[in-house]
Amino acid sequence: MRRNFKRAAISLLLLIGMTAIFAPSLAPYDYSRQFREAPNSPAGSQFPMGTDDLGRDRFSRLLYATRVSILLAPAAALVSILIALLVAAAAGRVLSGLTTLCLSLPWIFLFIILRATLPLNTRPIASILITFGLMGVAGWAWPARIFAASIRQMKHSGWLLQARASGIASWRIALIHLWPHLRAIAIAQFRVLIPSYILAEASLGLLGLGVAEPLPSWGNLLAELQHPGRVHDNPWILAPLALLMLVMISLEALQPSREVVA
Amino acid sequence: MKRLFGIGVFVCALLSAAAPNHELRFCLPGDPKTFDALHVSDQHSEVIRYLTGGVLLRVNRVTDQLQPELADSWKLSDGGRAITFNLRAGLKFSDGSPLTASDVARTLNAALDPKQASPAGDTFRSEQGDPTVRVVSPLEITIRYAQPKPGIDRLFDALSILPANSGRLPASAGPFFVSEYRPGDYVRLARNPNYWKRDSAGRQLPRLDSIRIDIQPNREIEVTRFLRGETHLINKIEPENFDRVAKEMPAAARNPGASLDSEFMWFNQAPAAAIPDWKRKWFASAAFRHAVSASIHRDDLARVVFRGYAHPAAGPLSPSNRFWFNASLKPLSFNPQSALRGLASEGFSLRDGILRDRGGHAVEFSLITNSGNRPREAMAAVIQDDLRKIGIQVNIVTLDFSSLIERIAKTAQYEACLLGFTNVEIDPIEQMNVWLSSGPQHQWWPLQKSPATQWEARVDKLMLLQASEPARELRKKAFDEVQRIVVEQEPFIYLVNPDYLTAVSPSLHGVQPVTAPPQLLWNIESLSLE
Repeated sequence: MRRNFKRAAISLLLLIGMTAIFAPSLAPYDYSRQFREAPNSPAGSQFPMGTDDLGRDRFSRLLYATRVSILLAPAAALVSILIALLVAAAAGRVLSGLTTLCLSLPWIFLFIILRATLPLNTRPIASILITFGLMGVAGWAWPARIFAASIRQMKHSGWLLQARASGIASWRIALIHLWPHLRAIAIAQFRVLIPSYILAEASLGLLGLGVAEPLPSWGNLLAELQHPGRVHDNPWILAPLALLMLVMISLEALQPSREVVA
Repeated sequence: MKRLFGIGVFVCALLSAAAPNHELRFCLPGDPKTFDALHVSDQHSEVIRYLTGGVLLRVNRVTDQLQPELADSWKLSDGGRAITFNLRAGLKFSDGSPLTASDVARTLNAALDPKQASPAGDTFRSEQGDPTVRVVSPLEITIRYAQPKPGIDRLFDALSILPANSGRLPASAGPFFVSEYRPGDYVRLARNPNYWKRDSAGRQLPRLDSIRIDIQPNREIEVTRFLRGETHLINKIEPENFDRVAKEMPAAARNPGASLDSEFMWFNQAPAAAIPDWKRKWFASAAFRHAVSASIHRDDLARVVFRGYAHPAAGPLSPSNRFWFNASLKPLSFNPQSALRGLASEGFSLRDGILRDRGGHAVEFSLITNSGNRPREAMAAVIQDDLRKIGIQVNIVTLDFSSLIERIAKTAQYEACLLGFTNVEIDPIEQMNVWLSSGPQHQWWPLQKSPATQWEARVDKLMLLQASEPARELRKKAFDEVQRIVVEQEPFIYLVNPDYLTAVSPSLHGVQPVTAPPQLLWNIESLSLE
């Protein structure tokens, strides 16, 4: 049963990934094309998911948005996890102070200051890369704290002492012995970070960071849900939310079972 | 069981007896910053000031004529240098204390006191010095300036007369006074038992017992509450929510037409801006500004972004400002071909879909606007799409409002800005700080030491002329020319005038929606609930 669930999850993620990669071929229209005679159109043969308030095809925008979010949010989450693993493994006792400092920083103000230092004339693609890059770099502290706690527990275990006593190189201990134990935590953290980065991207739009018009992302498509009345008129507005949930459930299914971890 | 039922009925009866019968309810998006009428600087406080403040004269928002309030007559004299008011006899504040000419003098002197830094006092100042205030008798007062002060009588519409002892919740001479305030929750205004005004049948006004103003920042919740019947009006509503009200409660949706507001964009021409020289040349070129203006489809902005609840703008003033609007001005028609011809005459050329200047630089600029304002973000996207068709790359940057103000008012670090102007006053004298080249709101190049161009020098002259000329018709002639010059030069590219949309419960009577603030509430003393 679990194996089937896993297969379905992998297939779904692959399908979403392929859709994202081939978005330009699959989308009926360019994501920025405005059909100004047809704003807020309901779903139909011309527009499978209707149009937004500027007459842009929702289906095409969803495909491109998937491309942006499904590739960049996991990439940013991966950056955070890698930094967290490196910091947790290297920093040792210093880590506690470092993560506390990092977590206590008023990031919103730092982002405002950062926006002020960035040039305004940034193309949408560059803007989105900067945004996800920043989130990736800034989001390491929580996972690092969890990794560090796990590493501390393992440090005094018999098998690790034995490995050290046998003269096995540190990198080998980390890769062969520690990593299998940290993998489940890493995947769980990875899974948690992805939706939070997708939603954070929408919030950062308020600071002039994030995905600039006309580029779509799941974040700025989800921002439409602030107007619940629109859902009644066009339920396809919920499509990015449904996709996000499917991706999250699939990632959950890929989580190694406890028996495997043990 | 019977006893329990009886107790229930008794409690219900008690509660209904305790609740005010005629309490008007509506929402404000934020807390008022002050209840001190002399220090009002935000819209929320201004609503409270209007509802509670007793003024000498009131501008009738429908007829635009002055009508007597606390003063039952007034007289301009000495060529517009002096004004004398005769107060009504027996006036009282809401706490029962008498209101005399001394209270008027004390209020005006306090407003003019530099230590008070009162926004209400600023409008009474004059370049030739502050006016002198003389109490002739308990019911007569004269205010005198060294030079004629145009529109002096209309200024008193915004000066609420204050009692000698103002507490946290001050007494008032208006139809209501602030009786209760819970920050972040609500403000309750109670009927002023000593209000002087009576209706045609001789009944004392106001008709409402109280007003409860809920603090509600979320506009969706505000609309939902209105549709549930929990509030009686929405003073200003966005097009999308207006459609929702029109669909669910057709009798409540009201659209009196174009508001006084304008949406516009401008290019930064300030010398302090860190902008490359070639871009500075574009922005300084009237032909470039015209080309950008002619390439923006204003009809689409009105129809798509504002769902048809807006009109293409013809110039600095909305046509709803009937007296001051220059009726000879018409909205610029959408014509990208003519725009390209104009650009070609300035050395620009369109190659491979990219517009380049004489030096070969691709035409690209950033356009900042405030985030969270959906119509404005959508307008930016339409402008971006329109200008792409003539080869101009626009990079939209949405910023939180304080960051945006920081850039346009302090650092000047931006290239172009899309913003709106909410006109509170209809008289152009209130726009001196915008049109004078030395003005801080002369946004494309503020605080000029001397006018940068000949046309700005001409605008300066005309604005000073209309500010010192007592005859209204001559002032209008001068300001007509200002509007014509602004449309010719387009330092501001005016886009649309959004409609004033509002929602009024059918149970609320006496409402006469107007475009001038406070819109639905201007005749508050005459409103009544079923």
